[in-house]
Amino acid sequence: MTPTTAVHATGLMKTFGDFRAVDGIDLDVQQGEIFGVLGPNGAGKTTMLKMLATLLPIDGGRASVFGVDVAREPHRIRQLLGVTGQYASVDEDLTATENLWLFGRLQGLRSADARATARRLLEQFGLQEAANKPIAQFSGGMRRRLDLAASLITRPPLIFLDEPTTGLDPRTRGQMWDTIRGLVADGCTVLLTTQYLDEADQLADRVSVIDRGRKVAQGTPDELKTSVGNSTLQLRLAAGADQELAAQVVRRVVGLEPVLTPGSAYMNVPLDAADGAADVLIGLRQAGVRIDSVSVAQPTLDEVFLALTGHDTGEAEQADTEINDRPVLEVR
Amino acid sequence: MSTLTLDPRPTARAAPPAVDPGAAVARARARTTPAELIGQTLSMAWRALKKMRRNPEQFFDVTFQPLLFTAMFAYIFGGAISGNVQRYLPLMIPGIVAQTVLTTCMSTGVQLREDMEKGVFDRFKALPIARIAPLAGPMVADLVRYLIAASLTFGMGIIIGYRPGGGVLGVLGAVALAIFTGWAMAWIFTWFGTIARSARAVQGYSMMVLFPLTFLSNAFVPVRTLPPALRTFVAINPVSHLVSATRDLANHGVISGQVGWTLLAALVVIAIFAPLSVRSYQRHL
Repeated sequence: MTPTTAVHATGLMKTFGDFRAVDGIDLDVQQGEIFGVLGPNGAGKTTMLKMLATLLPIDGGRASVFGVDVAREPHRIRQLLGVTGQYASVDEDLTATENLWLFGRLQGLRSADARATARRLLEQFGLQEAANKPIAQFSGGMRRRLDLAASLITRPPLIFLDEPTTGLDPRTRGQMWDTIRGLVADGCTVLLTTQYLDEADQLADRVSVIDRGRKVAQGTPDELKTSVGNSTLQLRLAAGADQELAAQVVRRVVGLEPVLTPGSAYMNVPLDAADGAADVLIGLRQAGVRIDSVSVAQPTLDEVFLALTGHDTGEAEQADTEINDRPVLEVR
Repeated sequence: MSTLTLDPRPTARAAPPAVDPGAAVARARARTTPAELIGQTLSMAWRALKKMRRNPEQFFDVTFQPLLFTAMFAYIFGGAISGNVQRYLPLMIPGIVAQTVLTTCMSTGVQLREDMEKGVFDRFKALPIARIAPLAGPMVADLVRYLIAASLTFGMGIIIGYRPGGGVLGVLGAVALAIFTGWAMAWIFTWFGTIARSARAVQGYSMMVLFPLTFLSNAFVPVRTLPPALRTFVAINPVSHLVSATRDLANHGVISGQVGWTLLAALVVIAIFAPLSVRSYQRHL
């Protein structure tokens, strides 16, 4: 453990009855980085974050934040980190200003200081026009921003963000990303969880992939994506086309195994570079395999999972809609 | 959707000093000081008072119940129990005060349970504040409700002809005792609030406790009219002590042994149920 370590955890464990929600996770977050924890719903991301934030007792293993032991000194830990959960944890019956003032007062600010801090944060987060509106009138994005603002009142050096953009529209999502980058520019360390590979890609310096309570991979976003190919060529074979022949062509041309969707004409081909798509298409044309449609997509979390764990995220329906939400790149 | 834009990078003017982990670690203290605890509890009380003002229907029970029950009980039972309404009032008013204050305690527990289900409690848990502050704050705010309930009961009694023999000081003493006892008893219901699965369950438990406690006491009837077995229970029921103490104060201006017993019982209740509440609140995390 070095002086520049923000979060250090070894063998972190949490069980609920027979179920091991977190099953021996090691974590090492460096000061000043954005560290992403990537995984599907139920992988144990939130549980892990809650243990590190003293919100759940640690059942096994050890964790420290800036060298302070989480289990032994919870009150000190709470002074070192700000937590923004999946669901806005602000008071619905109070206005934005009142919320921030209350949280400031609770953390020992004098009334005038708490008011000044509230004003500064509302301005910084573009909420000053809504300062005196009840939270019930806030949009989802505004709530998230207020929630994040509430975590920053005492300027903690470490920020936990639990799925900061789940449920936000793309524009608000981009704003949230910029805000998170701004935190790090100020000297904060950020530990965030996400279900979106592109979010980890956009924000995180390093990423841990969590599945069923275990860490299955860790690295930079680029390293992760390389492990599944940078992009995916999605093909729909024409009716009557020979799937097996098409698969052989792919193996021969790019040396990789295509993913066939049983019972349908879809075939996904992982690619190291998008221009590999052209080689596959030429190969198929020469072999006489007819194709109905072609697209090149960025890898999805599902594909990362499949590549890393050999099973999918177990969220077929949700994964489907996510694939459709993904920006599909034109073949260049 | 708002049209507000967000500038993530604070402008040079607003730029605060960079975050320093080393200084933050050095600053972080191991526990809250008593002064901090008081400040935090008062901040939580401020929040509860704000919410009361925004949801005035929360005051229905402490306003209508004393007014309605005082008049109703006086005219229904007065003749049967004491011969006439006037003679019944000194017996009944302290009983209604005790009953109203206890009912008010119940809503303390119910509201805490509702509150704990809200997202803001997640933040309270993550903040470096004393674990008891989110529980104690609303209870401090509820002192206002006990004050309203006790004052309205005495006020309504006086309107229909109650003339407390203890004078102004006696009545003030009775009100103060009722408020303190109510506050102490509220810890029981706060504990219910932290163990129950839902606000409705809290209400269920509370009713089960409240009805026997208030009706199996000397609140509304002279004890000598009860069968012996019941009389024993009434004698040890803390509500009876509260009612007797309130009568001594309001009707005779006397600080009797009953006042002492009531205060002792209140302190015992706090000593048992405050730690229980904090413990189960923490386990809820």
